Amino acid sequence: MTPENIVNTLREHPFLQGFAAEHIERLAAMASEVNFRKGEMIFREGDESSFFYLLLTGKVALETNTPGRIVRIVTLGAGEELGWSSVTPSHSKRFQARSLETTHAMAFDGVRLQHACEEDCQFGYTLMTAMLRVVAQRLQSTRLQLIDMYSPVPAKAV
Amino acid sequence: MPVADLEREQITGSEMTPALTRVAHVRKETYDTFTLTLEPAGHEPFGGFSPGQFSMLYVYGNGELPISISGDPEDHARSVYTVRSVGKTTQALVSSRPGDSIGMRGPYGSHWPLKIARGKDVLIVAGGIGLAPLRPAIHYILRHRADYNRLIVLYGARSPRDLIFRKQLDDWARLPDTQVLSTVDYGGLSWRGHVGVVTGLFRFVRLQPFHTVALICGPEIMMRYVIWELEARGMPPGDLYLSLERNMKCGIGFCGHCQYGSKFICKDGPIFPYHQVRSWFGKYEL
Repeated sequence: MTPENIVNTLREHPFLQGFAAEHIERLAAMASEVNFRKGEMIFREGDESSFFYLLLTGKVALETNTPGRIVRIVTLGAGEELGWSSVTPSHSKRFQARSLETTHAMAFDGVRLQHACEEDCQFGYTLMTAMLRVVAQRLQSTRLQLIDMYSPVPAKAV
Repeated sequence: MPVADLEREQITGSEMTPALTRVAHVRKETYDTFTLTLEPAGHEPFGGFSPGQFSMLYVYGNGELPISISGDPEDHARSVYTVRSVGKTTQALVSSRPGDSIGMRGPYGSHWPLKIARGKDVLIVAGGIGLAPLRPAIHYILRHRADYNRLIVLYGARSPRDLIFRKQLDDWARLPDTQVLSTVDYGGLSWRGHVGVVTGLFRFVRLQPFHTVALICGPEIMMRYVIWELEARGMPPGDLYLSLERNMKCGIGFCGHCQYGSKFICKDGPIFPYHQVRSWFGKYEL
């Protein structure tokens, strides 16, 4: 993908809606194109992976291991984000990510993203606001899953 | 006799008397959900119903329940109900055998706005067994396909083993101008579909506000989040319709058990335009 194509691809991604042109160009300079095969593990629980991904095509599952089974927490697809924790101080992954289909994404090194945020506060604020939107939406979804709203018997606090 | 007593007499004499039906067959949908097909005990066919309506089903010697009709509105030879076994009477209902007698009153209540939706996209958002009251609307749209634009069905359930009408969902997904997406809250490795809450499916839908009518049925908390998501995407509240559920007893707005604000769910609902119930929706103990 040419640098111009990368800029155009990023401009179309929902995560970057509302970003200024120079901020998208700044991100494009840090972006690298990645592909994952069906079934490939993108990262595992405990990995020190620091990459943040914007998914372009395909499907990825976030999973966790419990004794005797693997629980799929959420599936993510085109237009979504993977690895938001890469912009936090701890890069140790809490979940594993598995590519369920051939997946095409733009990858960003979390350390470089953090440095860029420190250098340019306006860019940093915009990026972190977008990141917070993702985190808030994931938190809300997780809470709804925890409520177990489809259960026939409503859970009662003891 | 005073007028009120005459009215009471009339209600007691006709509306409250169940018609006799026979169980034709019982189909297992999931480990706890079954679809019952009832046929008239006599020679007269059923009088028909509008998608979204419900009947009061009476298991003799056990109890009476409001159950949404889940069958084809143009099939007057049968009346179809999808029931989740969660208590004594639903357990008795799903344990019925072909030939057993079931009492039936109805159909009652309001219906999905399928005339208003003509010429528009129809977005159906269902959660859990909430797909059952929406299935007659899907049947109707598919029978009158030229009257509608795109049909979009978003369905969420607890886990893959809780998904009802799975074969039909697959069949509908293959139809032109029809998008069907299912998601589960918890999925194992063998589940190839989406995992996450039903609102997460909106990212796969190209929604056209002002050209779409949304029909929503599921747990109320799910419907609240769906409504917030649709409003955030520009859908006018007047184009959102939901099916509400409360403790119904008489089914005809007589006993007051299902009062909801100034409405009775059984008589004024169960289908409401969102703007009619907006001020009460989500209020604790209402």
